[in-house]
Amino acid sequence: MEGGGPVSEANEPKAKVASKATEPEVVTDIQQMNMIQAINSALDVMMGRDPDVVVMGEDVGYFGGVFRATAGLQQKYGKNRVFDTPITECGIIGVAVGMGAYGLRPVPEIQFADYIYPALDQLVSEAARLRYRSAGEFISPMTVRSPFGGGIFGGQTHSQSPEGIFTHVSGVKTVIPATPYDAKGLLIAAIEDNDPTIFFEPKRIYNGPFDGHYDTPAKSWAGHDQAQVPTGYYRVPLGEARVARAGQALTVLCYGTMVHVVENTVAEMGVDAEILDLRTLVPLDIEAIERSVRKTGRCLIVHEATRTSGFGAELVAQVQERCFYHLEAPIERVTGFDTPYPHSLEWAYFPGPVRIREAINKILKD
Amino acid sequence: MSDRIDSDAGSDGATPGSGRNLPPLRLHVPEPKFRPGDTADFSDFDIPPAGAQARPDEAAQPGEMRDLAYGLVRVLDQDGIAVGPWNPNLPAETLLKMLRAMALTRAFDARMFRAQRQGKTSFYMKSTGEEAVSIGAALALASDDMCFPSYRQQGILIARGWPIIDMMNQIYSNKGDRLKGRQLPIMYSAREAGFFSISGNLTTQYPQAVGWAMASAARGDTRIAATWCGEGSTAEGDFHSACTFASVYRAPVIMNVVNNQWAISSFSGFAGAEATTFAARAIGYGIAGLRVDGNDALAVYAATRWAADRARANAGPTLIEHFTYRVEGHSTSDDPSAYRSADEASHWPLGDPIARLKKHCIGLGIWDEERHAAMDRELAEMVRDAAREAEKNGILGHGLHHPMESMFEDVFEEMPWHLREQQQAMLDEWKAAGL
Ligand SMILES: Cc1ncc(C[n+]2csc(CCOP(=O)(O)OP(=O)(O)O)c2C)c(N)n1
Ligand SMILES: [Mg+2]
Repeated sequence: MEGGGPVSEANEPKAKVASKATEPEVVTDIQQMNMIQAINSALDVMMGRDPDVVVMGEDVGYFGGVFRATAGLQQKYGKNRVFDTPITECGIIGVAVGMGAYGLRPVPEIQFADYIYPALDQLVSEAARLRYRSAGEFISPMTVRSPFGGGIFGGQTHSQSPEGIFTHVSGVKTVIPATPYDAKGLLIAAIEDNDPTIFFEPKRIYNGPFDGHYDTPAKSWAGHDQAQVPTGYYRVPLGEARVARAGQALTVLCYGTMVHVVENTVAEMGVDAEILDLRTLVPLDIEAIERSVRKTGRCLIVHEATRTSGFGAELVAQVQERCFYHLEAPIERVTGFDTPYPHSLEWAYFPGPVRIREAINKILKD
Repeated sequence: MSDRIDSDAGSDGATPGSGRNLPPLRLHVPEPKFRPGDTADFSDFDIPPAGAQARPDEAAQPGEMRDLAYGLVRVLDQDGIAVGPWNPNLPAETLLKMLRAMALTRAFDARMFRAQRQGKTSFYMKSTGEEAVSIGAALALASDDMCFPSYRQQGILIARGWPIIDMMNQIYSNKGDRLKGRQLPIMYSAREAGFFSISGNLTTQYPQAVGWAMASAARGDTRIAATWCGEGSTAEGDFHSACTFASVYRAPVIMNVVNNQWAISSFSGFAGAEATTFAARAIGYGIAGLRVDGNDALAVYAATRWAADRARANAGPTLIEHFTYRVEGHSTSDDPSAYRSADEASHWPLGDPIARLKKHCIGLGIWDEERHAAMDRELAEMVRDAAREAEKNGILGHGLHHPMESMFEDVFEEMPWHLREQQQAMLDEWKAAGL
């Protein structure tokens, strides 16, 4: 079939152009932002730069989202570009595929990651495979934003971490920020990226980093160096991990909320750990992982998601395949248990300081 | 690397289709009538008179009763008098039982909402203004008919006489919670009451109810199923799958859409209400559709009875839209003043379901203001006492929960090795940490 796209230029081979955004502007202003504000700022910046960016989802329009991440955008960019949707996740993602096929750059929100399952067919069979099955004739440049993870007493349908479902699917990227600075930079990079991206937002750390001690007062992002966020455009490239803490004793691979829990536990223990905040699970920054594990010879993996077939299993395999002769102790995993997220026993379930400490001691003993 | 397509279509100078002499297309995005700061005005809302709707035979063909999907079945008139062919002519005893269950539901909601505000639990959802929808229906069903509710039909459990202390234990997620503290508050499960385990995921209960009804039919049973979802939830694919199955197999099921006009911050227009009614969804599936004044307990009762009799006569499923109004916020996490007019609830012309039934009972001479006030006091005390009892079993986050190892139970019938291992590791780690 000749010319499947709506515009004739669509058939011209082109250099990879991520989006119609104008050239990066000079970043001048820095502001203290929490993660919600940083995400809101990323959406604002991208909507301002690229007329193809549209934001859609349940309650995202007039109200600005149940977590307020899209607040003010409809007022600023109008209802053609920021709109509420019917409550059908399958519909939201299917529509986003169609809009992408037209040439828009949709940023759908799924209100909670726990509600992404009705959309799986459109994500897995459609968005993820469109480029492949049409040999690049059609693409699906959407970025699906969705709050995920536990720690807010949300029970089993407001707490899940389903990233492993998506990392298992070929054709979608999976991104999880751990700081306001990264949330903005990664979201901008994800929106500009021409492939479908799942952008999971750790809702427990929307308003402040979480040290894992649920029984102490919640902290805010105020004063945190990673909460100093440029107000303008910048990117944090997909596929690059961040060294959250440099060290020699062991490598801890983690992402999202767990980065902060690990940082704090390591500080409490006085262990010289190197903490890698993976930031992007697919594509994975394998070089950073290799470099670090070869240096330390010991590796701990921490995630909140369930254990069996969790992303940690993939990390264990990668580290084992690439760093086996550098390892001085078996690789350990601290993960959520293989049960649904229990409401009243949330803190027994959450892979917190107690379990991380145990695992680190075990790795360092060998 | 190069892509064969970029995303250039449709927004710069070279608009596709330009050059054709046609008007530009426009996207319609619904907008509710009133927003914060507006005065809600329902004067153009045409209230169909009570008693005006015809009542077809229970075995009527769906095609013969399409009007009912667009009208509004109402029994109680302005003066609280029951009129017309849908009047269920209930005995005094049933009317007062209905009134009491509605008042108890409201008292229960008030108490549990306050408990959440006091930090005794994480979450609560009221059903204020929608009590008739669940209680009118529950009393019209047989007590062993199976209910597949959403999270806003606590009235069913109350109408079926389920102990409120059991509901409170669930809300507090305490050691008395039969569900072992695993579910978010209000996500009850009560098999003995014919009340299916509530899911947090919208509309999943719809095809499940149809499946239960199909099973009942396949077995030659006499019990039917009923399910409820909000108007916003009708957008989910599960709603449409359920309608198709119900239609194909003529399942003995009643599918209720509680149209309280709001889905968190989204008004019913985002579920299609600008274009048609929710009851009219039935027409395309060839199902009987009824649209009912959801604030009129007698109309809800009558419609449910009609649909139940129809199902029991093997005449097929019914979709009932209950037109009502969500008086309070969506949940304890919601503040509706951010997205809707503050006086909508008080201006809503179909009134308060409890006040309307009360007026009816007083008009019949079987009730009076004094007895009503005494009942409200009695129920408030009853709910308070039950809450105190339940709190002895613990409140959320204060230690009196099910044992930690119970977390691993019920994932499977028998615990596989990996869960046993995880359970043991958890206990060892906590012990080692001196906890
Ligand atoms: C699959 C799924 N998507 C989204 C949600 C989040 N959510 C919970 S309630 C709700 C609104 C539902 O509105 P409606 O169906 O009208 O019921 P009401 O709350 O008015 O009773 C939404 C979007 C969810 N629970 N499940
Ligand atoms: Mg609703």
